[in-house]
Amino acid sequence: MTELGFLKKENLVEFLKELATKSVVYVPVADDDVVAFKLFQENSTICLDRPANIPPKTVIFPQYETLLTFTFSKKEEQPDKIDVKIQEKMDFKDTVIFAARPCDAKGFTVYDRVYKDSDIPDPYYVGRREKTVIIGFSCPNVSPGCFCTAVGSTPSDKEGSDILMTEVSGGFVLEPVTEKGKAVIQSKFIEDGSKYLEEAQKKQEDVKNKVKNPFKKAGKPQISQEKFNDDSFWELALSKCLSCGACTFLCPTCYCFNITDENKIWEAERLRSWDACMFPHFTLEASGHNPRPTKFHRFKNRVGHKFLYYPEKYNGVLACCGCGRCIRYCPVSVDISKVVDELSDTNSENKTLTSNGGEA
Amino acid sequence: MSVDKLKDAVKQILNEVDIVIGYTEGFDKVHATPLFINTQDKVDQLIWDQRCVHNLASYLPSLKRKKVGVIVKGCDSRTIVQYIQEGLINRENVKIIGLPCSGVISLKKLLKAVDFANIDDITFEDNGNVNVKTEKETKTLSLMDIAPDKCKTCQYPTPLIYDILIGDPIKSDKPKESVYEDIIEFDKKSLEEKLAYWQKVFDRCIRCYACRNACPMCVCQDSCIAESREPHWISQRATLTEKFMFHLIHTVHLAGRCVECGECERACPMGIPVNTLKRKINLEMKELFDYVPGVNPDDKPPMYTFNVDELKIKEHKIG
Repeated sequence: MTELGFLKKENLVEFLKELATKSVVYVPVADDDVVAFKLFQENSTICLDRPANIPPKTVIFPQYETLLTFTFSKKEEQPDKIDVKIQEKMDFKDTVIFAARPCDAKGFTVYDRVYKDSDIPDPYYVGRREKTVIIGFSCPNVSPGCFCTAVGSTPSDKEGSDILMTEVSGGFVLEPVTEKGKAVIQSKFIEDGSKYLEEAQKKQEDVKNKVKNPFKKAGKPQISQEKFNDDSFWELALSKCLSCGACTFLCPTCYCFNITDENKIWEAERLRSWDACMFPHFTLEASGHNPRPTKFHRFKNRVGHKFLYYPEKYNGVLACCGCGRCIRYCPVSVDISKVVDELSDTNSENKTLTSNGGEA
Repeated sequence: MSVDKLKDAVKQILNEVDIVIGYTEGFDKVHATPLFINTQDKVDQLIWDQRCVHNLASYLPSLKRKKVGVIVKGCDSRTIVQYIQEGLINRENVKIIGLPCSGVISLKKLLKAVDFANIDDITFEDNGNVNVKTEKETKTLSLMDIAPDKCKTCQYPTPLIYDILIGDPIKSDKPKESVYEDIIEFDKKSLEEKLAYWQKVFDRCIRCYACRNACPMCVCQDSCIAESREPHWISQRATLTEKFMFHLIHTVHLAGRCVECGECERACPMGIPVNTLKRKINLEMKELFDYVPGVNPDDKPPMYTFNVDELKIKEHKIG
């Protein structure tokens, strides 16, 4: 699938306007210097220079959603009986995420293994995922804390994107990755882009070479079980952690949720909302016992999930795409890449890292 | 002040305490990060410059059972004073290393000043100049242009409480009246304008609670009513209503307690100016009770006590 398209910079808004006639379009918008994915509007201040503060996971895995609604009713002739009507909320619209960074797009593939390609798919996630086209955007530069190349990705990774867009002089080269993506660039604003291929590739390569590798050893970070299980390691490494949810909520691969029934008198909703292993309530049991009572236990789980448990379950694939947000936005600069590096197994050779974050 | 003096002091104190909390290099040139020193060999990792933005005193209540040494700037020292007023720390268990400070950087302002370019290096001069080297250019900025708002009106450059002071005390050259100028100015907006402003900024809130967890005075921590699940006071929805509700809870719980360290605002990954609300309510408390939090260890926070005859509250003047 190499029918390259080219979008002139001056046609960008027109192209998005055209997309918006058929789909709901989310673009990275800068507001008071904070970049987040918002509904496209003609006057949106689209920001492509730096990654969004919060990844577009909000589009497919929203911070909260109504799974179903209940309505209760009573009949006068039978006052002791309450009827319950349950209504699922599964109305998903055709959606486009424009200019997701490759790490953000790849984040969805981490979700897919759990929510889409598993034995029991999650209909809400799948519903949105299948109706969403992701236009990835090759990173034009690196950001503080990024380390995608150290976890098997690149700033122009296509995995997870339906189209990969690369900025070149005068516009953007659009490379369709999936059939879904191919359909999107059937537009009067898209010209043939084959002559820009070389420039795009060069740009991708340049940025790739700038990404820092925080790990001392090459290859796939291999965590030593012995170090991982040593509580004193966590206590020292995480003394400064505030146990807030910034790292998890900004993470393109964190997918944990909470379900609550929120009642009014005659109606109620079952909500799903983001939850985070960094919060004490996440593991608080009904008895009052908390198996992860301290911030050390909680961060240990965060690292464990991404670098041990998830890979164990999904053919060695890491659940971290190296976007660096948890490092960049941590109020006390906890650096997950440093923690992983310190946990690294010094006795064995690392396995070769494959492009999907798995091992060869 | 040379960092060597600080290191010497820490080495000394380490003989008496379990941990000393200081600053060290972070993941890049512009970030410092808290350093927990439990052995002599870690002392050399200490740094001290304008990147040392965190309020390290915040860690004290969670380490109440240990003997802790802590490095504080003037603003951070107010946290300790407030902790003493509220009985949240055992003073005898804390060794305070005070550092006079003439301002730190705000990462958010710094990044904006260099147009969000990657910063390869940053150096600070004694005259307040900050030299920043980015991929594109080398720029000299004035520290006060990229300092958090609290530094611009700082009344307490020298710690108010300490066991050891390293470096010469600095006197504030900022007028007292300037402290709440911005709040008074903001208050002049119409109700509609203010509502629109808060709706716009709170819309960004993701309820990650970084502001709460970074707040030295948010002592409920794991039992915060904003996320207690039994009872479930606030819905799991993430609409403006819940976001407002949480931030207003945070604000009223800090009435006359907020030491204005600005950690809430600094911690926010979504750039929400949350400290404005707390400073507004502090201004009210100052006008009503003539009380400034975190200044005198012998004070009692107004919400911890009451006088039948509150001079400035009209309703109390019965007859």
